[in-house]
Amino acid sequence: MALVKDSAEAPALPLTPQHQYVAFAIMVLFFVAAPFFVYPLFLMKALCFALFACAFNLLIGYVGLLSFGHAAYLGSAGYLTAHAAKVWGWPPELAIVTGTATAALLGLIIGALAIRRQGIYFAMITLALAQMIYFFCLQAPFTHGEDGIQAVPRGVLLGVLDLRSTITMYFVVLAVFLGGFLLIYRTIHSPFGQVLKAIRENEPRAVSLGYTADHYKLLAFVLSATLSGLAGSTKALVFQLASLTDVHWSMSGEVVLMTLLGGLGTVFGPVVGAVIVVSLENYLAQLGAWVTVVQGIIFVFCVLTFRRGVVGELGRFIGKSL
Amino acid sequence: MMRKTLIALAVLLALGAQPAQAQISDGVIKIGVLNDQSGLYADLAGPGSVVAARMAVEDFGAAAKGMKVEVLSADHQNKADVGSAIARQWYDVDKVDVIVDVPNSGVALAVSQITRDKGKAFIVSSAATSDLTGKSCSPNTVHWTYDTWALANGTGNAIVKTGGDTWFFITADYAFGHALERDTEAVVLKKGGKVLGKVRHPLSTQDFSSFILQAQASKAKIIGLANAGADTTNAIKQGAEFGIVKGGQNFAGLLVFLTDVHALGLDKAQGLLFTETFYWDMNDKTRAFAKRFAERNRGIHPTMIHAGAYAGVLHYLKAVEALKSDDGTKVIAKMKEIPTDDPLFGKGTIRADGRKIHPAYLIEVKKPSESKYAWDYYKIRTTIPANEAFRPIDQGDCPLVKK
Amino acid sequence: MSTIFGVPTQALFGQLLIGLINGSFYAILSLGLSVIFGLLNIINFAHGAQYMLGAFAAYFLLQWAGLGYWWALLLAPIVIGLFGIGLERTMLKRLYELDHLYGLLLTFGLALIIQGLFRNEFGSSGLPYSIPSQLTGGLNLGFMFLPNYRAWVIVFSLFVCLGTWYVIERTKLGSYLRAATENPVLVQAFGINVPRMITLTYGFGVGLAALAGVLAAPIYQVSPLMGADMIIVVFAVVVIGGMGSIMGSIVTGFALGIIEGLTKFFYPEASNTVIFVIMALVLLIKPAGLFGRER
Repeated sequence: MALVKDSAEAPALPLTPQHQYVAFAIMVLFFVAAPFFVYPLFLMKALCFALFACAFNLLIGYVGLLSFGHAAYLGSAGYLTAHAAKVWGWPPELAIVTGTATAALLGLIIGALAIRRQGIYFAMITLALAQMIYFFCLQAPFTHGEDGIQAVPRGVLLGVLDLRSTITMYFVVLAVFLGGFLLIYRTIHSPFGQVLKAIRENEPRAVSLGYTADHYKLLAFVLSATLSGLAGSTKALVFQLASLTDVHWSMSGEVVLMTLLGGLGTVFGPVVGAVIVVSLENYLAQLGAWVTVVQGIIFVFCVLTFRRGVVGELGRFIGKSL
Repeated sequence: MMRKTLIALAVLLALGAQPAQAQISDGVIKIGVLNDQSGLYADLAGPGSVVAARMAVEDFGAAAKGMKVEVLSADHQNKADVGSAIARQWYDVDKVDVIVDVPNSGVALAVSQITRDKGKAFIVSSAATSDLTGKSCSPNTVHWTYDTWALANGTGNAIVKTGGDTWFFITADYAFGHALERDTEAVVLKKGGKVLGKVRHPLSTQDFSSFILQAQASKAKIIGLANAGADTTNAIKQGAEFGIVKGGQNFAGLLVFLTDVHALGLDKAQGLLFTETFYWDMNDKTRAFAKRFAERNRGIHPTMIHAGAYAGVLHYLKAVEALKSDDGTKVIAKMKEIPTDDPLFGKGTIRADGRKIHPAYLIEVKKPSESKYAWDYYKIRTTIPANEAFRPIDQGDCPLVKK
Repeated sequence: MSTIFGVPTQALFGQLLIGLINGSFYAILSLGLSVIFGLLNIINFAHGAQYMLGAFAAYFLLQWAGLGYWWALLLAPIVIGLFGIGLERTMLKRLYELDHLYGLLLTFGLALIIQGLFRNEFGSSGLPYSIPSQLTGGLNLGFMFLPNYRAWVIVFSLFVCLGTWYVIERTKLGSYLRAATENPVLVQAFGINVPRMITLTYGFGVGLAALAGVLAAPIYQVSPLMGADMIIVVFAVVVIGGMGSIMGSIVTGFALGIIEGLTKFFYPEASNTVIFVIMALVLLIKPAGLFGRER
């Protein structure tokens, strides 16, 4: 029984539905206008996490695999990018590529190990392997452990765009996010995506039809890890810091929360979920540990009665899939 | 369909828009007390530092002088990313002019950099790393209270002099721990002692048994605890469990606060030797301050951190008054110009590298029988004069210091 | 000073013993997780929080009721176990029809709530809890000084683990439990109240976690976050031992504690990761775990 039930619950996905174009346009407009009203650093954080959540959603919403260790890709990409930019002095585009490539490699290794199992076992394996990455990051000298890599220079993108300007950085981050988002969208709405769904619905049947399920799953895993890494790399440049928080398992839990709250398996759900969670954290920051309590309550609430998430319920309400 | 998306849009804007609404025009001096409010450093700094800062604002008489001063506070949870994010938001959005306190050297270094980038002011009354006035010094940062060099010098010297010449370090694995270990090791080696081994532990470790065992196996006379707060008290407690003292070894708490001694109890803490720069029971002025402070801080008496926060804010406000501006870089420069004078640290100065100079004291914890009233914990063994207590200005590699 | 492989024996044995003590906690906790997973097919992410609750229960029993350690050993697991039963009846029950991953997410959320509430109230630096007077002091074993309390931990854990194993594998009640795991519908048809058994099993598993908490209180300090990082290691232990295998969890728990202790001695930097490395290896060779059966 998959986490996301398709056919009976939501209408089948036509390949380029009109309303999704509209929703996309609204999202873009919102993010283009927002930095003039809202603290841009906060928005950039939301965008990075939105990309992270979308990448995560690819795996759980469309392949049905709950990875509980996605922080490993976010965090290690962040570290590599920070290191490349600060210690090797590389320009931001190369630094980001380095980080993303690291995440891809990690995704390949962890994915290859984890794909062998399913369901809860898969989740546990990803969690434990991610924990290994955490401890590696804790010990490795280049990460500076508890202090993290600080004062990471943002540099000049492609020799042209000075990222030290907040607004320039913002639009670069927005571009990265939209790129990642569109890539995921294209992946879902492609023959590859259809096979993934088939595997999610009934793996033995897909195999009997001749698809090597493991290859497809691994590819989706690596893609998910890579885009998570892209989010992490960008975030490291935005905040000019790479720290242990980004590889800790509580970060893995947060991305699950964002996706669950937004709506598993929906296109826009993770974006909405990420924005809500990041906003909540910002709001409740002065209340200290209440953030954790609220996150827990949202988890419980979503699992018990709100399984479709914000966008999922919204989509059901308007009768179209979002 | 449009309705749903409009509602969604409105909700999202409302949720996200809040941070920007907190823009307050200048004309107010905003002091942000940033520290660990709920973790292992919560007692030695935490809410107490906020109390101290507020007391400084009141004692300065800001209201009578027509200066509007506000004190904010936040919890950085000992994480560099949380601390940096709060610092940035405070400076960019909330128009905070000066950040005070910041225990945890890793966070302090991050905040110091951000403060420098934005031309604001930073008064470190908690963090320890001597790098803040050394290679990471900044024209926007003043390091008050103490630092790892002062501790190493005071405690290290005193202990080696009394025969503790073989050391084993149990070190907190981050900027502060490394700095403290490095500075103490230098002192021990200079005095002819030996370091027999070191082990690093993660911040907020619950179980020290494995590290204590290694320390025991090394047979070093002194086990130096290059950590602070709950890490130090846990190590000492578990050391007692494993019979460290019975086995002939001794702990050297390299950074111990009044609140740690209170948590341990005199029976476990007696005889501990360490260096501090303030004790509430030194003279009438400090006693008066302690009484007022304790009333506002649930009876907990002030640690040297709290004293540093008070004195730092007081001197900052004096500088702002003299300058009639709260431009960070200029105020810090003014603070170095004006000699300091407050009821807690007495007269002192701030050097070009940002280091506040005042005397240090070698403390020995009293035996339970010697303690006559609540919080009567310390014996002051020696006073280290101000000009000897801190690292000489030319030894720090601070780029601000002209050679 | 004799040496093995060029390292002092004394230190080696000392770390081994510490490892055994840690292993005791891993064993009891993974036992509880295994029992819960075996019957309910739920990964109880709240296990770490329930371990913490056990320690706090011991602390409160002392503070408010003046009841010491020995009372706590008895009462804390019961109280927290009842709390667990409450959780099961109100929330977990609704998820049995769904994908088991929802159970994971729910218990994860519960863990966040419990830990967050306690962190708010008590900070994260820990509250003191003393070793009971009967167990203070220690034995000088020659190669190390073994505190009596830590020896007690090893002995008591062994007793609890073996006792549980015996009940599950060798008694009639245990056989009902195992049968219900295999085929709940059939077992229910025989007139055995399966839902009640499930509830009690969850309560028992939670009680085991709380018991470990009471054991930990005097040495690890009572702190809201004490379960948070422990739980991940315990998951790894359970995966290595084989989810659902009782003996597997016990043996693996102790064994991994010892291996961790050895690693701390020979190569301390890797001591945190060694358990996960072993887990990765086991998964490559025998995915069901060392003692597990393919499900």
